[in-house]
Amino acid sequence: MSTDSHTSHAIAPKTGHDDVHGHGDGHPVSTFKGYMTGFVLSVILTAIPFWLVMSGALDSKTATAVAILAIGAVQIVVHMIYFLHMTPSSEGGWTLMALIFTVVMVVITLTGSLWVMYHLNTNMMPMDPSQLP
Amino acid sequence: MFENFDLQKAIFGRLSLESIPYHEPILLATFIAVLIGGAVVVGAITYFKLWGYLWHEWFTSVDHKRIGVMYIVLGLVMLLRGFADAIMMRAQQAIAFNGNEGYLPAHHFDQIFTAHGVIMIFFVAMPLVTGLMNFVVPLQIGARDVAFPFLNNFSFWMTVSGAILVMASLFVGEFARTGWLAYPPLSNYAYSPDVGVDYYIWALQIAGVGTLLSGVNLIATIVKMRAPGMTMMKMPVFTWTSLCTNILIVAAFPVLTGVLVLLSLDRYVGTNFFTNDFGGNPMMYVNLIWIWGHPEVYILVLPAFGVFSEVTATFCGKRLFGYTSMVYATVVITILSYLVWLHHFFTMGSGASVNSFFGITTMIISIPTGAKLFNWLFTMYRGRIRFELPMMWTVAFMLTFVIGGMTGVLLAVPPADFVLHNSLFLIAHFHNVIIGGVVFGMFAGITYWFPKAIGFRLDPFWGKMSFWFWVSGFYFAFMPLYALGLMGVTRRLRVFDDPSLQIYFVVAAFGALLIALGIGSFLVQIAVSIKNREKLRDVTGDPWNARTLEWSTSSPPPVYNFAFTPVVYDHDAWWDMKEHGYKRPLSGFKPIHMPKNTSAGIILAGICFVTGFALIWYIWWLAALGFVSLIATAIGHTFNYNRGFSIPAQQVVETERERTALLQSAGA
Repeated sequence: MSTDSHTSHAIAPKTGHDDVHGHGDGHPVSTFKGYMTGFVLSVILTAIPFWLVMSGALDSKTATAVAILAIGAVQIVVHMIYFLHMTPSSEGGWTLMALIFTVVMVVITLTGSLWVMYHLNTNMMPMDPSQLP
Repeated sequence: MFENFDLQKAIFGRLSLESIPYHEPILLATFIAVLIGGAVVVGAITYFKLWGYLWHEWFTSVDHKRIGVMYIVLGLVMLLRGFADAIMMRAQQAIAFNGNEGYLPAHHFDQIFTAHGVIMIFFVAMPLVTGLMNFVVPLQIGARDVAFPFLNNFSFWMTVSGAILVMASLFVGEFARTGWLAYPPLSNYAYSPDVGVDYYIWALQIAGVGTLLSGVNLIATIVKMRAPGMTMMKMPVFTWTSLCTNILIVAAFPVLTGVLVLLSLDRYVGTNFFTNDFGGNPMMYVNLIWIWGHPEVYILVLPAFGVFSEVTATFCGKRLFGYTSMVYATVVITILSYLVWLHHFFTMGSGASVNSFFGITTMIISIPTGAKLFNWLFTMYRGRIRFELPMMWTVAFMLTFVIGGMTGVLLAVPPADFVLHNSLFLIAHFHNVIIGGVVFGMFAGITYWFPKAIGFRLDPFWGKMSFWFWVSGFYFAFMPLYALGLMGVTRRLRVFDDPSLQIYFVVAAFGALLIALGIGSFLVQIAVSIKNREKLRDVTGDPWNARTLEWSTSSPPPVYNFAFTPVVYDHDAWWDMKEHGYKRPLSGFKPIHMPKNTSAGIILAGICFVTGFALIWYIWWLAALGFVSLIATAIGHTFNYNRGFSIPAQQVVETERERTALLQSAGA
């Protein structure tokens, strides 16, 4: 890059050099209504777990934990749709592709680690002192 | 007295004069040599008044070509350091028999093998790979720069910052003594209370930011900035492998960052993620770091595969055999590389079902790799092969890599691994694939694209010297290690009891010496090429009669790469253009809008270095100051709206006219 060439010319637009990029096709338009829907939904989805824990509406702790995890998953989807504006066709399908790849990677990492460490603990961990002969 | 002591702690943290290892003659001699060498370089730059040129044209440049070249220079400089470590280890092991303790004390030897691994992977292989991708990919897809030019400059300087931190550990304090992955509990505070592991953590964290951002950058570039007509299945194979590599980087490096954060929490604030008690589990560290570590192997080797694909097609004068299968093999490797990590710790005790799953996935991953090898062979079959240097590296790769691949499949069998793990057999295996795959690939790539980057070819005679020294040196250095490993010799040993093993280590040291000559020849090659540059000048822009778009522009390419964005109809776009009698446009040039240089990247990386250094030495006030100024500088940079400039049409016309004159002088 020669630095002496950019001093005398004034045609420079302000933004970077995004004239080279293809302009993203299929960006869903972000509207006030969209953001509000997302906001209300995520507030509801945040409030329910708090209520579940504080009121003890579900009897078993496991059921509460599972419910919270499920609601958290729904929350993720709400964020992706209303705040990140992801649709299957946004950016020519690249967003969906990236999402699928990410999900695959995360699932491999988490289930793999759990599986590996569970087996490791079963085989290798010293037992409780109380269980020792 | 006590108060003074306290004050010193507050100002300098753990840093004191004792931290400078002046009592170790080897380090002292190195330090003096480095000081003299550094003074000579700095003096020369000052004498020839090059500081302004370097600063304006290179250090602050956002041009992907210059950043690519700087990455490769960084990789080569660090190669010298990493190799110095290697030859010290080989020398130590060759003489430490019959009660001879060798010349390296234990705590020094441990630092050397750790530094060797860390430097070779993070600061040699990664910069070389990233540098090649940075230089080649935008040219191959007909773009004028990467998607985020400033980010590119910043990424480079973050990598440099990490590298300097590792180098600093040589003379201020010490480096980790844990092996290149710093397994806890050894790397935890209880067993490594000194600064070594902290140097390791912060060097990798800072460099890791650079790697991750450059991954994001290149993905965006490949996805969004391809020339019109270049669909995914018309992309050059090197671009494909670069895309997959960068996807791997973006998916894998956060895991490394995360696991190092947990380790630093253990070390700095006393959490118990990886300790032996209080519910910690050091094996989780091993599990997590290999979830990053195995994809890392493919991050390094996939671009090398891309280089071999381009080189084979070019020097056989044929379209690559099985383009589609090559692409699918690359994608399959990308996914599968996430399913094999446990083969790095079969012996940890996960049991038969887990081990057999990961053993089988490991064997499966050799299938797409094998398919690639056959594709290269079938491209050569009935091609008009020109044995220029890049092709020689490629053939050497094919022969060497197959051996490494086969020993890899051998190690993938869990029962065999129980015998061979942690032995020199393993060491021989991964050097076999990394030298035979990545290093040979990088040399092929550097030789192949050097005329494009610099404007003249590399001297073939010294290149061949380098080639033969490297290849024969590799076999001498690592074949004895296979034998030793099968005999049960473990890795990272400083002294030996059995005198019958000595001859193998002497042969291996001889191999390392040959490799040293190979590196020396490479440096001579560059010097000789610079001396004979007029004779080696590439005026056509296409010295190898190659096939992809980067060869359609001049050597070195103008700042804007292409005066007009090329239109692509087929793969091997440039070959297609040549076949159809492409005529260079000679008029109608328009002004070209380009990004402007900025010093923000180098400043931010400099602050990161200071912050990292402060964190290593517990200089808390400096760390806080560094962190705050880091944020402030980054935010400040966002207010810089003056980021682009236009190259006027007149200048484009002149540049292109010079090119026309050159082409005519070449009679093309």
